[in-house]
Amino acid sequence: MRIVVCVKQVPDTVEVKINPETGTLVREGVPGIINPFDMHAIEASLQIKEIAGGVITVLTMGPPQAETALREALSLGVDNAVLLSDRAFAGSDTWATSYTLSKAIEKIGADVIICGKQAIDGDTAQVGPETAEFLNIPHISYVRKIEEITENSIRVQRMMDEGYDVVESSLPVLLTVVKELNEPRLPSLRGKMAAKKAEIKKWGQSDIMADESSLGLKGSPTQVKNIFAPDARSGRKIFEGTAEEQVDALLKELRELKCL
Amino acid sequence: MPLIVDTNKCTGCGECLSSCPFDAIVIKEGKAFINEYCEFCMTCINSCPEGAITEVAEKDPGVERRGVYKGVWIFAEQSGGKVRPVAYELLGIGRRLADDLNTKLSAVVFGAEKGEAEELIRWGADRVYLAANEIFEEFNDEPYSQLLTSLIRENRPEIVLAGATAIGRSFIPRVAARLRTGLTADCTSLAIEKETGNLLQIRPAFGGNIMATILCPRTRPQMATVRPRVMKCGMYEKDRAGEIIDVKTDGLFSRTKVLDTVKETSDISANLQEADIIVSGGRGLGDPQGFKLLKELAGLLGGAVGASRAAVDSGWIAYRHQVGQTGKTVCPKIYIACGISGAVQHLVGMQSSDIIIAINKNPDAPIFNVATYGIVGDLYEVIPLLIKKIKEVKGI
Repeated sequence: MRIVVCVKQVPDTVEVKINPETGTLVREGVPGIINPFDMHAIEASLQIKEIAGGVITVLTMGPPQAETALREALSLGVDNAVLLSDRAFAGSDTWATSYTLSKAIEKIGADVIICGKQAIDGDTAQVGPETAEFLNIPHISYVRKIEEITENSIRVQRMMDEGYDVVESSLPVLLTVVKELNEPRLPSLRGKMAAKKAEIKKWGQSDIMADESSLGLKGSPTQVKNIFAPDARSGRKIFEGTAEEQVDALLKELRELKCL
Repeated sequence: MPLIVDTNKCTGCGECLSSCPFDAIVIKEGKAFINEYCEFCMTCINSCPEGAITEVAEKDPGVERRGVYKGVWIFAEQSGGKVRPVAYELLGIGRRLADDLNTKLSAVVFGAEKGEAEELIRWGADRVYLAANEIFEEFNDEPYSQLLTSLIRENRPEIVLAGATAIGRSFIPRVAARLRTGLTADCTSLAIEKETGNLLQIRPAFGGNIMATILCPRTRPQMATVRPRVMKCGMYEKDRAGEIIDVKTDGLFSRTKVLDTVKETSDISANLQEADIIVSGGRGLGDPQGFKLLKELAGLLGGAVGASRAAVDSGWIAYRHQVGQTGKTVCPKIYIACGISGAVQHLVGMQSSDIIIAINKNPDAPIFNVATYGIVGDLYEVIPLLIKKIKEVKGI
């Protein structure tokens, strides 16, 4: 079984905010982490390997410092790591990112590709399905349980808005996974030592034979026009008094807003 | 547009480094250098005291091709043959955009009955593309994306909107990838830019801490998924007339197969995306029994039940109820947070709600910082009172 796990290094900054006076981003200097959903993707790959055997390659696209994310994945037990880093990839939106990843996956070769449901910085959930389309393979989103995997098929539970579906697919397939799927393991000391010395393949545009006009900013159909702070919440009221007085005050407010 | 640093002006002061949300600027040989992490958010331009960072204008190669694309489309999702509410919201915003562009509004629906197509017309569609095929009885990404892709190729709409639901977020990206066009996820506001006719797509990022306006200036159609319950439905006109086009469904295939569909909403509603009111519980509930109380309140208000990660990790309630960074992002009209302290990972999943009511023993809990209304007290005292008084108001 050839398994590829796609991960993204994200700033650990859900705290990122805009200073309303200057209009600039306010952020603590927090180091990058592996996107939390991708940790579950890594764990899923390790569990599949334990059952079906095979080789796991972890893949990321980013600047040279994204290497730390790959070393973390290696410390957990994945076999190989590939870093897609090239000035030509700069400014990629989800379309160009998916195209680039798909070219790398074609080169690596994969039966199962696993991605986190979405990244916590962009929250788009688009790169997984788009990558599957570029590879011309099926995908299953929001996988919460892998029921069975064989040499040429997989059966999973897919989380939906009002329940779940049991879905079967032929291989190769791309899965996007949710947190419920598993509990990510911690790295072993031996894993950490090995990860330090492991070789990380660094690929640029020419290594993956990508079409230049489909890469980076030039290849990205979408553009960020501007960013701004969301409207501040106004009229905050913290009630006082006994529980009953507070409840009465709340219901009065809600009645005035015609919410009840 | 790419950003460049004028190395003659740059003093290497490092101001821009902390302004960048993507860690995309480093100091190299005493000068700022923008690396491949750059998302072109333009924030650093203002941060530079020397004005050394500028945007490089690029030629727009695709503009001349845009003219042949006309009309606004919405994808109307169905389940069990019935169109889901988000479709009517899409018709509301779609109608506005189509009127602004002086063009037609069409709805595309796969696997619904003809009566549902007529209903879409009453809600504002000029035209409905209706595809009947048993392959649409279950949701599989491939036939959905194959048919929508070919319909768009044939008819060339300039805008395509879909709901940011489990289904929309799963298969619409495949369509955009195939069509080589842009897709913006989870939009909360859409408008037409007067000068260019481009669609301004506004969406939250970084868990709602930042809003971004996204454009798709060179390619068509401009595609977006729209958060359920954010847009207002359009006008319902009983006698509205429109055209229904039966769509050919030859050649569709799926390599995935749905073997079983299990609904999990019989006990407590967990359809957080479509709920007007969410009653959510956290560690402060103390034990799983607390959710019975929340369920009663939610039932009374016609809402759904949510939970913090702490409650889910304690095994008190299923993961599908989890709100927050590693759960769901919700924006109901009213979000009632009970015994939730308000860790930032939870806040990013619910802070876009219209009204937030926090009930917590600890007056210093961070949840009160985002609350519209706060009640400081024991939830086991407050919620029963709330239930009793709401029943009185409703005359139950």
